[in-house]
Amino acid sequence: MRQMIDNFMHYRYFLKENVIKGIKLKYRNSYLGIVWTLIEPLLTTLVLTFIFGTLFGNNDKLFPVYILSGRLLYSFYSSSTNACVRSIRNNSGMIKKVYVPKYLYPLSSILSNYIIFLISLIVLVAAIAVMGVAPSFYIAFSFIPLLLLLLLAFGSGMILATIGVFFRDLEYLWGVFLMLIMYTCAIFYDVSRFDASGRAWILNINPLYCIIKNFRNCVLYARPLELSTCLYAFGFSVVLTTVGLIMFNRNQDKFILHV
Amino acid sequence: MSKKALEVNHVSIKFNLSKEKVDSIKEYAIKFLKRQLKYNEFWALRDVSFTLNKGDRLGILGLNGAGKSTLLKVVAGVYKPTLGEVKRHGRIAPLIELGAGFDQQYTGKENIFLYGSVLGFSRSFLEEKYDEIVEFSELGEFIDVPMKNYSSGMRSRLGFAIATVVCPDILILDEVLSVGDAKFRKKSEAKIMSMFDKGVTVLFVSHSVDQVERLCNKAILLEKGRIIASGDVFDVTRVYREKTGETKGAKAGGRYRRDLDEKAVKESPFIILPEQQG
Repeated sequence: MRQMIDNFMHYRYFLKENVIKGIKLKYRNSYLGIVWTLIEPLLTTLVLTFIFGTLFGNNDKLFPVYILSGRLLYSFYSSSTNACVRSIRNNSGMIKKVYVPKYLYPLSSILSNYIIFLISLIVLVAAIAVMGVAPSFYIAFSFIPLLLLLLLAFGSGMILATIGVFFRDLEYLWGVFLMLIMYTCAIFYDVSRFDASGRAWILNINPLYCIIKNFRNCVLYARPLELSTCLYAFGFSVVLTTVGLIMFNRNQDKFILHV
Repeated sequence: MSKKALEVNHVSIKFNLSKEKVDSIKEYAIKFLKRQLKYNEFWALRDVSFTLNKGDRLGILGLNGAGKSTLLKVVAGVYKPTLGEVKRHGRIAPLIELGAGFDQQYTGKENIFLYGSVLGFSRSFLEEKYDEIVEFSELGEFIDVPMKNYSSGMRSRLGFAIATVVCPDILILDEVLSVGDAKFRKKSEAKIMSMFDKGVTVLFVSHSVDQVERLCNKAILLEKGRIIASGDVFDVTRVYREKTGETKGAKAGGRYRRDLDEKAVKESPFIILPEQQG
């Protein structure tokens, strides 16, 4: 354990530089650069509001904020896990030549995406102010779903990074699975639409939905966190992270032969 | 003086060379069902042990494919030994792959901080040494140009400048350092020599016996992954000379060997392509 910490301390600068690299290179050579983190969610929210609000006849004034909050969290999860699937392969050049603890590659993918995500939350703050959501002290609790989100992404990312080394198919398979996750996250529809079928509980199986729901409770509805779904998402993330770390640790010495 | 710098204890490395690369689940399932998942086990290193004290300079000799580069990569930590262990005491500077941590889209300046962090240097430390690195690499204003526009010489010059900005405890050198032009080579050799004077521990791979004799005090000779001779450098190079049929004296030896190689290729049922070093 002590050795692991020493090792981490030696490579902490590398983690930092690699996270910076992820952020810097994401928008390099685009004219607007990092501003895209703000514009992109705004534009997609406009599209989604037009389709699922205007065309479907949902005239709730807060609907755009509802969409934006869900979309921001989901897109962090999808972009960070997608980056993890490829994180080892993309760094194969380095893995074959110099020693760096390998978990730092998926970890830095997660962290750089998380920082971009946190920056993009500015849009949400602006939207909340513009749309006239009454601020409440529950906003202070929003850090809990945000931390759960980070843990969930890290756990999933470690598992995906390990499997991604051995099977390239995962890139495509995970894309499909992400679609399932997206549609069961209630990003652009209201859950009350499921009242008729009585199957709304199915969404609660999706830990990402639980996180999004609690995040909305804090920032949008001025409601307290829902303990049961929070605990569920936490438990789910802890299990994923444990499994991910064990899988990664057991297989990391074989990576070099497969990348 | 006799402080241990590097201990390599009974290190063996096994590679599973599957004949075909299985990359997708479908392929894997088909191969598994057909029982075609054949692996060729290949031991790149077998039971290699040696200990270096601080200030020792070890020459590693062996023909192509003997496991020299694999051994260096084990010491550098890139490969994990299948059996055995490596104990390192102190900071290692692997001058094997100069600039392996570089990013092509980054400028030279950004890469100094990135590659420096791979070697364990902090940003503030690198900022302190920044001018020194740029000056040594002779990149001048190219330092702000993206690395994808660099020539290979420029890349390795920068890599060398960063890797040697601090004198390491253990230095790993593969082949003769052929960094940049003759002028830069002279400069880089001088820098390495100054490290030798500071008592750095060195692992040095070379095909040039004369060079090994000049630089090293100990040597090992590898053949098919095993150590077949080790100890004082002159004892080992004598064995190596006998094995390769090389006589003393660089020029004559070189020519003799070339003749031998041609003959060997003609007589061999297989054509063995020379393996690229590194």
